[in-house]
Amino acid sequence: MRPILMKGHERPLTFLKYNRDGDLLFSCAKDHTPTVWFADNGERLGTYRGHNGAVWSCDVSRDSTRLITGSADQSAKLWDVQTGSQLFTFNFDSPARSVDFAVGDKLAVITTDPFMGLTSAIHIKRIARDPSDQTGESVAILKGPQGRINRAVWGSLNKTIISGGEDAVIRIWDSETGKLLKESDKEDGHKKPITSLTKSTDGSHFLTGSLDKSAKLWDTRTLTLIKTYVTERPVNAVTMSPLLDHVVLGGGQDASAVTTTDHRAGKFEAKFYDKILQEEIGGVKGHFGPINALAFNPDGKSFSSGGEDGYVRLHHFDPDYFNIKL
Amino acid sequence: MAVDAAAPPSKLRWGELEEDDAEDLDFLLPPKQVFGPDENGIKRVVEYKFNDEGNKVKITTTTRIRKLASARLSKRAVERRSWSKFGDAVNEDVGSRLTMVSTEEIILERPRAPGTKQEEVKVAGDPLASMGKAGAAIMVCRKCFKKGEHWTAMCPYKDLAAPTETSIDKPPSADNSATSAGATKGSYVPPSMRAGAERTGTDMRRRHEENSVRVTNLSEDTREPDLHELFRPFGSVSRVYVAIDQKTGTSRGFGFVNFTIREDAERAINKLNGYGYDNLILRVEWAAPRAN
Repeated sequence: MRPILMKGHERPLTFLKYNRDGDLLFSCAKDHTPTVWFADNGERLGTYRGHNGAVWSCDVSRDSTRLITGSADQSAKLWDVQTGSQLFTFNFDSPARSVDFAVGDKLAVITTDPFMGLTSAIHIKRIARDPSDQTGESVAILKGPQGRINRAVWGSLNKTIISGGEDAVIRIWDSETGKLLKESDKEDGHKKPITSLTKSTDGSHFLTGSLDKSAKLWDTRTLTLIKTYVTERPVNAVTMSPLLDHVVLGGGQDASAVTTTDHRAGKFEAKFYDKILQEEIGGVKGHFGPINALAFNPDGKSFSSGGEDGYVRLHHFDPDYFNIKL
Repeated sequence: MAVDAAAPPSKLRWGELEEDDAEDLDFLLPPKQVFGPDENGIKRVVEYKFNDEGNKVKITTTTRIRKLASARLSKRAVERRSWSKFGDAVNEDVGSRLTMVSTEEIILERPRAPGTKQEEVKVAGDPLASMGKAGAAIMVCRKCFKKGEHWTAMCPYKDLAAPTETSIDKPPSADNSATSAGATKGSYVPPSMRAGAERTGTDMRRRHEENSVRVTNLSEDTREPDLHELFRPFGSVSRVYVAIDQKTGTSRGFGFVNFTIREDAERAINKLNGYGYDNLILRVEWAAPRAN
């Protein structure tokens, strides 16, 4: 395959997200402008100007009209996808890290980092249908985990919130009462900070990637460990194919150490694993820095990766990918 | 791409040009024109803009449109296709080339040839393990080192043992039989792994790195046979090398010894590290594999 290279960002990529139809790709980077691209040919459609710090993550509503972004400028913003205009700004006292729309797009979860004596927190916000009715009040604020919460997503039927972060513990919270329902075991769980968390398309299981050089597959309802994928590099990003039983892990050596070694030693490939057999299928090379973000197109026929090198690489699979056998 | 410069309109003063942003003057420019795409898929876009010196510039971009596959798109997605650009994408330079197709063909690199199983690799990994101690049986297969079962030519494991086999007397074509058999299922096999392709040097190097022991602080007149004699009691030695200075022809004081079995190498290290040899104290350790 010949990937499409998109050089719209001047700083390392942090997050990638496809809309539900799979025709738009949203990219966030440490420069301050999230960007939207056409997912088929990589043409830039527009940028969302207004943030004043690194943008850590984004989510798009199911009908692809609203975008929410979380940024280090201590705010999360709602955008109109089509025009790039700001609709609302949620202000916090510390940097916003992870954002995720609930099913139905009436609620959103936003995590904030520990900052200046404040602990990290998970905020649940109500999203109004009409942006003029939007308020910044939190429905609930969940606190407890030590260190940064790198990712928080909604569980099935919006009843729970799944979070993972620097303390390497995966937690499932009741989104109504804010009570902590489950925590991952010490033995089963990750040993180092969790960097990424992705749900499967049907939401029945989710995948976490960690700096302990492994990724783990968990059952959403019971938080039991299903599979572990072991690799030889810290995992920064994970995603799952919606079409095949494939898991993709991205990572590489720490960005600060990249220049000290040969680029081959950095292991900057996106590694494909068989979801069930936990065996490596192959690797896709190309980035010359660690991979920070991965996303699969909802049709499963292409995926994109974003690296510390500032490039988004959009890969449309060759036909023989779809009948790979181990 | 054709670029024609025309004099700026006379009603403008230079001073204003310097102060104002180029965007504010955009209304003075003729609108963007798009021709095509015609039956050959050639599309021409004619744009006008001011360059850095304030001159009006006509930029013609000719592109060929290729229709890739008839992808099914939702109605909404088709609608979004015609959305106008916004943000920084509006004033994007024609030549900025934010989106490029990679010139390099990227493949999904398989960790091993498709069709091979991990277990087989393990079998091939220690063909020597079944060898046991030297002596005993007369009929020893040189491929799999099984004693008394078959001759080398009849070896049922010859395909499996091929990649890590140490004997070099067999023809190179036999070397590739294992990989080529597994790779016929239409999937891409890199040229270096195809049948008939020559083995690259990496295999050879790896062989040298296996169970390799580095010996330093050798005396100048130590030669390879001396080292072989010293290390032979610990087990079968597959290779001995002493670094010789090209100019003087004397030993440079270090060498490498490879053992066929790792445990033997370990014992040799334990015994000989710090051993006095030729009025010098030897330093024996695992040879660190090369970084690349």
